[in-house]
Amino acid sequence: MDIHDFYDKMDRNNILLSFKGDITAELLTSILQIIESKMDNMQEEPKLRKKVYIVLVELLQNLYHHMDDPSLEANAEMARTAIFMIGKENSHYNVITGNYIKNDRVPMLKKKMDEINALSPEEVKEHYKRTLNNGQMSDKGGGGLGMIDIARRTGKPLFYDFVPINDNFSFFTLNVVIEQ
Amino acid sequence: MEVITIESSPKTPSIKFDSKQGKLEIKGRSIPENSVEFYKPLVESLERYASAPTTPTQVDIQLEYFNTASSKCILDVLKRLETIHRQGNQVIINWYYEEDDEDMREAGEDYQAIVNLTFNMQQVELD
Repeated sequence: MDIHDFYDKMDRNNILLSFKGDITAELLTSILQIIESKMDNMQEEPKLRKKVYIVLVELLQNLYHHMDDPSLEANAEMARTAIFMIGKENSHYNVITGNYIKNDRVPMLKKKMDEINALSPEEVKEHYKRTLNNGQMSDKGGGGLGMIDIARRTGKPLFYDFVPINDNFSFFTLNVVIEQ
Repeated sequence: MEVITIESSPKTPSIKFDSKQGKLEIKGRSIPENSVEFYKPLVESLERYASAPTTPTQVDIQLEYFNTASSKCILDVLKRLETIHRQGNQVIINWYYEEDDEDMREAGEDYQAIVNLTFNMQQVELD
């Protein structure tokens, strides 16, 4: 592996932090602390700082809960690791996550994101409020609000991609752009 | 009489509930992975409190951040308070947000639109 090439790539894309591996609760705590202190050092505006932080929380916890998915157990090795990157270009932040998901979950997830992307900012807010009050809650508390919240806070579409890997899995990437 | 005191942590807010005084305070960050488990003691305590509440019940909510997993639990807490209010008891909700934090102000307005309670929106200055 060419480390200098790897370094260059991270440098060109202004990557502040990247990680590949198992997503644990302890890891999330560490990543959040690192990013928080980095933004502090960069003297980022409190408003942008908060936005980046909470979007990070949602994205990382999505990955974390996804790791719990019992349908992944059989293919533990490949399916339980994820990649995460956060970078800053000019005045905006890019947060990218990547993980394997079962092919049969792709259409539903795609549909959900397309629906969110088709809404105006006002409609996204309404959608959030309705989903908040729909009485459904997963045993962890989720309840399908994460993606809507990200769209609501960033005011941007969810940029996503699915790459088919084999009969069982696709690789799902999500790129969230956060501006002041 | 019931008293709940939970210290804050990097991912969870401090919670103080005193049923005798009718005071509840939730303060800090609420971003736990498992929010249901975290809020369970409070929700259960409020359920018991609803059978013989103090009047008024004063609730101070001052959150810096909360994740979507917490947002449903916070609604759960507010719905318990709504029940107390519906039974004819006064419930005062003070919703604090830092200046410029429109998202947190809006979050309070969203809750207010869902539950039948009046929120006093309180802006606080940044440290």
